[in-house]
Amino acid sequence: MRGKCGLFFTSYARESQILHTGFQKSSMALFFLVLLLAPFFLSSYQVSLLCMINIAVIGAVSLNLLTGSCGQISLGHGAFIGVGAYATGICTLSGWPFLPALLIGGATTALVGMIFGIPSLRLKGIYLAIATLAAQLILVYIFLRWTSLTGGATGMGLDPPIILGYSFDTDQKMFYLTLVFSILAVLMVKNILRTKSGRAFVAIRDFHLSAESVGINLFRYKLQAFGVSSFLAGIAGGLWAHYTMYITPEQFEIGLSIQYLAMIIIGGLGSVIGSVFGAIFLTLLPEVLGVLANIMSGFFPNISTYFLAMRDGIFGLILVLFLIFEPDGLARRWQLAKSYFKLHPFAH
Amino acid sequence: MEYYLHLVLNGLVIGSIYSLVALGFVIIYKATKVVNFAQGELVMFGAYICFALTVQMGLPFLVSFFMTLIFSVVLGICLERVVLRPMIGEPIISVIMVTVGLSTVLKAVIQLFWGTQVRVYPQVLPSESVWILGLPVAPVYIAAFCLSVVLFIIFSLFFKYSTMGIAMRATAFDQQAAQSMGIGVKNIFAMSWCIAAVVSSIGGIILGNINGITPQLGHLGLKVFPAVILGGLDSLLGAAVGGLIIGILENVSDGVAQQFFGLAGFREVAAYFILVIILMIKPYGLFGTHEIERV
Repeated sequence: MRGKCGLFFTSYARESQILHTGFQKSSMALFFLVLLLAPFFLSSYQVSLLCMINIAVIGAVSLNLLTGSCGQISLGHGAFIGVGAYATGICTLSGWPFLPALLIGGATTALVGMIFGIPSLRLKGIYLAIATLAAQLILVYIFLRWTSLTGGATGMGLDPPIILGYSFDTDQKMFYLTLVFSILAVLMVKNILRTKSGRAFVAIRDFHLSAESVGINLFRYKLQAFGVSSFLAGIAGGLWAHYTMYITPEQFEIGLSIQYLAMIIIGGLGSVIGSVFGAIFLTLLPEVLGVLANIMSGFFPNISTYFLAMRDGIFGLILVLFLIFEPDGLARRWQLAKSYFKLHPFAH
Repeated sequence: MEYYLHLVLNGLVIGSIYSLVALGFVIIYKATKVVNFAQGELVMFGAYICFALTVQMGLPFLVSFFMTLIFSVVLGICLERVVLRPMIGEPIISVIMVTVGLSTVLKAVIQLFWGTQVRVYPQVLPSESVWILGLPVAPVYIAAFCLSVVLFIIFSLFFKYSTMGIAMRATAFDQQAAQSMGIGVKNIFAMSWCIAAVVSSIGGIILGNINGITPQLGHLGLKVFPAVILGGLDSLLGAAVGGLIIGILENVSDGVAQQFFGLAGFREVAAYFILVIILMIKPYGLFGTHEIERV
């Protein structure tokens, strides 16, 4: 290899590795080391933000598998997360241990997701988007009205997760728990994309007719995409429910679905690392805006009355600007930055 | 029986508003194939502009009505030029999300200027009810219904006979062929956004006269989907009929759910249950074009 520049692969196995070079491996190890030590240096509030990011990463990466990689637009992801949250909550409230309850929550969500995914065989593009929109609104209505099961508008109070007698009752402990799940979710999606199923998903997204004519069973793979994606959404929901310890139907309204879609668009459609970036970006955005509003309040004393509207407006504006100027999202910026440093003294 | 008659009549009124909003939606979809999630916000924007002109600036209602229409034309052109034109050729998900983003921005702008409380229009029409089929109906409702019918007829004629309308239909059918016949496709896109914005603001003004306006009205934009799916996404007649049917079905099923099952608030989701059923059995709606794919 000496004397050559760039990466050369001599086998398919090497080409499909997640991390290719020693530098990538060591920087990834360093990143995780910093992440593992982070709770010792950060305030409890900052750690709680990290927890929310971990949970958002699971949700975003699962939506990106369905919408970004398989091309099935889902406007119902927020409600699917809600199904996971309620299913897990109901299980733990009736005395199940946390981990089995979480799995049941995921499985229930996968089932619900697949039921709403069945129309995807007949419906494409806009029709599927509208069908999932209907799923979103109907599911939230069920959360709100099936009072005996979900507690209705008053919501459902939950305890922090307990695994084998160990209670995750602080932000620090919760951070490690959610981190494990988010790493597992990212690895799962990354690995699915390297298998036959993942390639089938991408083929379906690119052109469903040619995918079918090379022997991909459209119905099976679309349903599989809905199932896996909803399963992970359910896990995210279960973790979220037990982290915030209180869930109400309003949390899972269409705004949440839009937020997750915004995450994968700002991050980069079909890119795993993009989902992570998008989740970080949109979880931290309100915080950054809050800090800015605090600074500005010296000059405009009544800014806090406008803050909520402005926060939503800026969120929408960022979404629109990304779509117009950087449709490939932060993932592409990341690529550009990496190649800039790789080629540093030379422009090309 | 009278109870149900009342429900149907109420549904007809709400339905005629849905029809108006759906009309705007279908005009955009027909010409540009853009699915507009910001339709409800366009409705609100028109309503608030008219409110600002009549109440806050004290202009006579008719003057502010026409000024609102002019404003909507400008808004439509700006939106198309700035936001939608860069989206030509992008995947559906991007186009959907850009209109979703647009709706958030419009809603935020409205909240910044007018706050979140309910705003009420001054009384324009007499408040004494007219009796129809033995039931009292406010004149505003009748005006709403008549206005939607008139607008629907105007736009049907426009699409059928005017050069612009025919050009718009040609663009909807095949953009490349239309362009090679000398039709300015970009102008057509701008035109369709203008029309949609105008129709929506008329709907908004009517709504403002009925119940007053709040930023929550944007949810109306989601109610458009059942209506247009039922009617067929690209059919004007479908939008008009679909809106009315959804309005009636929604009201009646709400009444039934309340009377027999004690379910409150079924109104909010009834339309979407209908939507799912339509998508299962007849996805191209009553009057929509059936897309056929051959390999």
